[in-house]
Amino acid sequence: MTENGKPKLAMYWASSCGGCEISVLNIHENILTVDEVFDIAFFPCIADFKIKDVEAYPDGYIDICLFNGAIRNSENEEMAQLLRQKSKVLVAFGSCAYEGCIPALSNLTTKKATFEKVYFNNPTIDNPDRILPQHSTEVAEGELTLPHFYHTVKSLDQVVEVDYFIPGCPPEPPQIWAVLQVVIGALTAGQPLPPAGSIIGAGTMALCDECTREKKEKTIKRFFRPYEIQPNPDQCLLEQGIICMGIATRSGCGALCPSVGIGCRGCYGPPDGVEDQGAKMLSAIASVLDVGHESMDEDVLEELIQEAVDTIADPAGTFYRFSMAHSILKRVKNGKGAA
Amino acid sequence: MSDHFEPVIVGFLCNWCSYRAADLAGTARIKYAPNLRPIRVMCSGRVDPQFVLQALRSGADGVLIAGCHPGECHYVNGNIKALRRFTLLRKTLEQWGIEQERVQLLWASASEGTVLAAAVNRMTEDLRALGPLRWGEKVLGDNGAAHLVVEEV
Ligand code: SF4
Ligand code: SF4
Ligand code: FES
Repeated sequence: MTENGKPKLAMYWASSCGGCEISVLNIHENILTVDEVFDIAFFPCIADFKIKDVEAYPDGYIDICLFNGAIRNSENEEMAQLLRQKSKVLVAFGSCAYEGCIPALSNLTTKKATFEKVYFNNPTIDNPDRILPQHSTEVAEGELTLPHFYHTVKSLDQVVEVDYFIPGCPPEPPQIWAVLQVVIGALTAGQPLPPAGSIIGAGTMALCDECTREKKEKTIKRFFRPYEIQPNPDQCLLEQGIICMGIATRSGCGALCPSVGIGCRGCYGPPDGVEDQGAKMLSAIASVLDVGHESMDEDVLEELIQEAVDTIADPAGTFYRFSMAHSILKRVKNGKGAA
Repeated sequence: MSDHFEPVIVGFLCNWCSYRAADLAGTARIKYAPNLRPIRVMCSGRVDPQFVLQALRSGADGVLIAGCHPGECHYVNGNIKALRRFTLLRKTLEQWGIEQERVQLLWASASEGTVLAAAVNRMTEDLRALGPLRWGEKVLGDNGAAHLVVEEV
């Protein structure tokens, strides 16, 4: 703490969409309390700060830094290191920083394929000279550089030590406010902080636990893509053959998506005790699939099950939509499977 | 690649059938490839896909899941569940660029020592042809630091 005695707050975006910042601002009038309690030390989304300012701070000057966004390039990693050094408490804020999220879906392909798509084979791009961004370019005035674009997207904890994780794409404002209150309590009234390394601002169970849809035994014959089916408004979506990640996702959002008829996408990451959210989902899906019987011929069995499984269009992209960087394998081998 | 590549196969073998088949292959002195590292599970339905991924991540070149024939599972339909999981896992692994031959499912009863031995031989040959997987080193880079590999486009 410094001059005015207020604790310092920072928020920084690495590879992200900016939704996490909006979510913080969505705590509504409570933002005034945040402003009252904290001094903003760095928050490029809402105020003009330069990296130089952060570099000039002594180590540990920032009391709490909310870091959102994944590590996609060398600049993201440098900023993670800088903010780690300057912050007492570093929070991986939101799914990207926590587990890779949408940016890490590109771990299902290669850097080469990503560049091809973005700079060449894209209906809105006309690039006949096949110009690509370069790490270094010589111009009359000297050398211009861009960050290195990494092969594999990483989560924040894969490059620096992280104190807390807040899941969600984005984290829900009431959860953010609850976390900030705990931090404020700790800084102003000496209340205890949760143990280091915890996942905060979320539940511990599977999302189904807080979903109010009616659950019966799940006997699914095939899966439907959202446009193929009009869901019954009260029944569990998964029972209706709609992929709902609720069974492999951490509670905390209040089951927002299922409550409006959309299968959970899995943005709160895996519940306690699950390492690989996608594999857990895969396993659960296979368990509720009621196709094939032990009395059948082996060939018939295989065929029936294959047919049912083929009603899931993109299992890797669906089950690992948010957790690719934190998955056991982390990226695909050569990207051949994902065009 | 060296000619001396010996694939490592992690095998999850059901206690009631395939593990006994492996035992039988041993007591009957059936000669087969020594590449299998067997792990006994109570049923093929116990094999969590996370086990398979963890094996591949930790250095296995292939994974064999072996259970009782359909209709013969000790727990009625654990093996049917295993087949569903395996089918979906195989589809997912394809998206990972992992060749089908690397993860296989086999039915072998307690009396089928020769079936198990033949499957291990076949799989060893398949993997020899594919070459080592070495996920940590080849895909993730040293230390898992694959992001530091600056790939030319
Ligand atoms: S699977 Fe989805 S719809 Fe069904 S209970 Fe769980 S969260 Fe609700
Ligand atoms: S229902 Fe699922 S996808 Fe929707 S907000 Fe909650 S955790 Fe995220
Ligand atoms: S008991 Fe052998 S597969 Fe279930």
